Amino acid sequence: MMAVAGTGITRTQAVPGDRTAVPATPAIEATGLTKRYGNRLALQDVSLRVEAGECVGVFGPNGAGKSTLLRVLATLVRPTTGQIRCYGLEMPAQASELRRLIGAVGHQTYLYEDLTVWENLDFYARLYGLRDAAGRIQQVLDLLGLGDRAEDRVRALSRGLQQRLAIARAILHRPWVLLLDEPDTGLDREGRDRLAGIIGEQVGLGGAVVLTTHAVEFGCQVASRVLFLDRGRLRWERPAGEELVDELERQLRRRA
Amino acid sequence: MTAARQIYAIVRKDLLLELRAREQVIGMAVFALLTLVTFNFAFDLTGVDRAASGSGALWVAIIFAGLLGMGRAAAIDRQQGAWEGLLLSPADRGTIFLGKLASALLFIGIVEALALAVFAALFSLPVLRPMVLVVVGLGTVGLGTLGTLFSVMAATTRAREVMLPVLLFPLALPVVISAVRATTLLLTDRQSEVGPWISLLLGFDVLFLGISYLVFGHAVEE
Repeated sequence: MMAVAGTGITRTQAVPGDRTAVPATPAIEATGLTKRYGNRLALQDVSLRVEAGECVGVFGPNGAGKSTLLRVLATLVRPTTGQIRCYGLEMPAQASELRRLIGAVGHQTYLYEDLTVWENLDFYARLYGLRDAAGRIQQVLDLLGLGDRAEDRVRALSRGLQQRLAIARAILHRPWVLLLDEPDTGLDREGRDRLAGIIGEQVGLGGAVVLTTHAVEFGCQVASRVLFLDRGRLRWERPAGEELVDELERQLRRRA
Repeated sequence: MTAARQIYAIVRKDLLLELRAREQVIGMAVFALLTLVTFNFAFDLTGVDRAASGSGALWVAIIFAGLLGMGRAAAIDRQQGAWEGLLLSPADRGTIFLGKLASALLFIGIVEALALAVFAALFSLPVLRPMVLVVVGLGTVGLGTLGTLFSVMAATTRAREVMLPVLLFPLALPVVISAVRATTLLLTDRQSEVGPWISLLLGFDVLFLGISYLVFGHAVEE
């Protein structure tokens, strides 16, 4: 069996969903991340460390760099400077293996509107090479309350149901790291509860979650640690808790 | 094997999307047929230049239909950020490129089959010969390779419909010239002269395939 370099785990073990193989290294280690778009610095020297079994909430006003940070961590955007390691895997050298460990929800749903709910998930299951794809697809559909909409085309779903499907797509391959950029967008109360359950399960199983949201109360409820970004810089970080909600609201209002 | 499965998944998905939305092949086919019919009425097909005019008409139809299809394919992938979903998957960038190229070649191939049949009927030229089909195939691979690379790059720009032909034209020129010359020679029964043009086509195909496979990753990353 080939070893996945830097992780101490074998390639065979590193199949999605195999939580017994989660190594003891930090889930995410990012140092000195800077991203420049022309003259604008979207991220400035951001470093963060997320442990396995931790959910980190990233807050900040619009344009603070939250989405850029998550896109960099998701390997969608190459940082101008800085390094990223995910469970010991290094970007960009081990990008393909690293992507196998990551599940991401973005501002867009990453879905094909003219395919059905099932066909969308089946496509991604094939890309990830999932064993028992049909069983896993049914499982995530049930988890997100979409079991009876499998044959519907995505364009026929409401925005909230499309968002649920986007979350289903992100967790389909049982990723070790979930990167959730405003995943609660368009979700109703039930959808939000289901999302909180998924985050809780991810953390409980030793995975990691990085989450951005404008719903401060929800974010503080599901996260164990909070980071505050502003104008591309990491301003502060604290343990999450109810007492942080008012403080965060105040800071976000002040910088809006 | 994993890469082959991923390429199959991409082609299967593109085919399913086309069967549902019919946004590519019908438009490409109509465009190709319209070009052939227009050229058929515009040229004097009784003259000695019938083969030259005919091969020109055929390649204009293929090139423009191909451009239309590949541009549309990139636009479909961009809807709802589905393209980023693909980039988030463990499929490496080269594999994604090969998957998209295979889809493009499949759709262009379907349109070419129809266009060649109509061309044979309208222009009364022996276009359905194995060697002509080889030249059409090689030319299509060259155009499809560059088109797949540049359609993805152009899709991120504001003037994407304009950018694809602008980016494609200078590099595709040797493929177009070789394909048109080789087709003309074959249609005028000058098979003995066609060898160098086919070698040139093959060379450019290999070169463009190799380069596109290698640079695709850089082309798709922000």
